[in-house]
Amino acid sequence: MKNKRPSLAVEIAGIKLKNPVMPASGTFGYGEEYAPFIDLERLGAIVTKGLSLAPKAGNPTPRIAETISGMLNAIGLQNVGVDAFIQHKLPFLREINTPVIVNFFGNTLDEYGEVARRLSDIPEVAGVELNISCPNVKQGGIVFGTDPKAASEVVGLVRKHLKKPLIVKLTPNVTDISVTARAAEEAGADAICCINTLTGMAVDVKTRRPRLANKTGGLSGPAIRPVAVRMVHQVVQAVKVPVIGVGGIMRPMDALEFLIVGAKAVQVGTANFVDPAVMMTIIDGIEAFCVEEGITDIHQLIGSLQL
Amino acid sequence: MKNYKTVVLSNQEISTGYYRMRILAPGFGSKAKPGQFLMFRVQTSLPPLLRRPFGIFRTGFLPADCDGQAPKEFVEILYKVVGRGTDIMSNLQVGSKVEVLGPLGRGFDMGVPGEQKILVGGGIGLVPLYMLARELTRKSSVRLLMGGRTREDILAVTEFERLGVETYVSTDDGSLGEEGLVTQVLLRKLDKYPNASVYACGPMPMIEAVQEICAARGVPLQVSLEALMACGVGACLGCVVKGAGHSEASPRYLCSCKEGPVFRAEQLDWTKLGQEPGYCEGCKI
Ligand SMILES: Cc1cc2nc3c(=O)[nH]c(=O)nc-3n(C[C@H](O)[C@H](O)[C@H](O)COP(=O)(O)OP(=O)(O)OC[C@H]3O[C@@H](n4cnc5c(N)ncnc54)[C@H](O)[C@@H]3O)c2cc1C
Ligand SMILES: Cc1cc2nc3c(=O)[nH]c(=O)nc-3n(C[C@H](O)[C@H](O)[C@H](O)COP(=O)(O)O)c2cc1C
Ligand code: FES
Repeated sequence: MKNKRPSLAVEIAGIKLKNPVMPASGTFGYGEEYAPFIDLERLGAIVTKGLSLAPKAGNPTPRIAETISGMLNAIGLQNVGVDAFIQHKLPFLREINTPVIVNFFGNTLDEYGEVARRLSDIPEVAGVELNISCPNVKQGGIVFGTDPKAASEVVGLVRKHLKKPLIVKLTPNVTDISVTARAAEEAGADAICCINTLTGMAVDVKTRRPRLANKTGGLSGPAIRPVAVRMVHQVVQAVKVPVIGVGGIMRPMDALEFLIVGAKAVQVGTANFVDPAVMMTIIDGIEAFCVEEGITDIHQLIGSLQL
Repeated sequence: MKNYKTVVLSNQEISTGYYRMRILAPGFGSKAKPGQFLMFRVQTSLPPLLRRPFGIFRTGFLPADCDGQAPKEFVEILYKVVGRGTDIMSNLQVGSKVEVLGPLGRGFDMGVPGEQKILVGGGIGLVPLYMLARELTRKSSVRLLMGGRTREDILAVTEFERLGVETYVSTDDGSLGEEGLVTQVLLRKLDKYPNASVYACGPMPMIEAVQEICAARGVPLQVSLEALMACGVGACLGCVVKGAGHSEASPRYLCSCKEGPVFRAEQLDWTKLGQEPGYCEGCKI
């Protein structure tokens, strides 16, 4: 009995995942970057770098700085643009038997709508993840994510243009994340992903200048995990749609924390940089934990928090 | 390229603050090309969180054991202790387990056989030049111009000489070789060999000065650049440098870890490139 493999399969907004583990947008390129290191078909899903309508060059350098148990980044959403993605990056992903979730953003409301429309017709895209939470670009991103009214407007607009499952990715840089989560749900989100990076800053004490050209950047990595777990816990209480937990997951145990507070799936970001095979270890570890605990289906674990 | 879990074979201080580490490199040592690098996982607990990039100094084979096993591949890195990560590395012992990702990045183009090659290295920048010299000396005559602040910064010169490379040393304080900048030596050599190709790696001000000289004389130049890196595989886009044609209105960035770290000079936008990487100055307090 103990040897029976537990079922790790979950469903997010109609997307069927073999297991609840996927990369976080922006930390896994377009998938092909990590293909030499891991079996992409073992992942629950592949989540791409955030796309915009036109290609985007990103911010000046330096763009990254290591901080205590984390890193700051101000990449500025550099990407190839939605059309080049469809033409040059998607053919690679098409060959892989794993659902592809495309992360995207716009600089204006219209742009959000237009990217959504273009992705709508692409059969290989299993679902989209709407980024209204990037702290590193002036327009777009976070301005939509911090104001519940604006969030509701952009989610509603994307919903109108999109015939696919819609995941909305929230920013932690708000007073009460359950408010934006509810706004997104009411406007048509099929799932919520939280969290994006926390705005942070680091200073070089010798030059007395910010360590990032952009002055501030997004903090990710183990340093943010307790904040992320708390926010996922809050959002799970606030909405009915499934929640994907992200933030500082480095080990199987970290992923289990998110599942136990109620996340139906998890994303792994910064940890990929440290160990390209980390998601394999996390999947194996979740399975081993289930076996050890006599859990036959991952759903027995999801939301099993004892209060 | 893969993530290798391997062991330290030796790790010794070779000059004040500079270390040379040899690790077992089964299956990848002999695959590495001059100019490629690896991402070294300093430790599995935290901090530091991110890996650290290091150029590959040398690859080789351990002599076969008397038990008749196949010769084992190894890789050597040379590093300067500058911060927490390299400090921890300097304390690794023989037999310590380590993880390295590699070989990564695009290396040097070997250019035309037979043509004169001039390598310009500053401090730890000589690292990728050694493997390059080993390759180039098969077909070309190679000169190494090596600069540093003091004699402590001049490393491994005799090893270049053993390859048959003519070496010229200059130090800012004159404590070894000629007093002054390595670029003075470069000017003299280019007077003598105006058709040479130049390869450079070292501190940014040195690379910029070399670039000015080479551009003025129309001499082909390849440079190996350092950048802050998080992933080393082209996924994070943290390591970019400004490419030719870059402007604020239409920025154009090249990914150092994937499209580099070796670039042809004309691929880059040299305006203010020296101020680009903007490393934290570090502080001992
Ligand atoms: C492709 C590539 C190849 C490299 N090859 C070598 C090599 O062969 N030998 C070697 O000694 N070093 C090499 N470096 C630099 C090396 O990666 C850094 O010195 C190292 O990451 C510092 O780590 P740390 O934890 O000790 O310092 P940290 O605590 O991270 O930083 C301390 C100080 O080190 C300096 N520093 C940090 N990162 C870099 C960097 N990427 N480049 C330059 N200076 C930095 C800054 O002054 C900083 O304040 C290479 C870098 C790159 C990108
Ligand atoms: C270098 C880098 C780039 C990122 N780019 C994106 C992006 O394009 N779109 C997005 O929604 N989130 C992006 N993120 C945020 C991550 O997807 C994730 O939400 C965050 O890093 C927290 O997870 P972690 O602590 O596991 O890294 C990026 C993060 C990093 C570190
Ligand atoms: S270091 Fe991540 S893209 Fe180059």
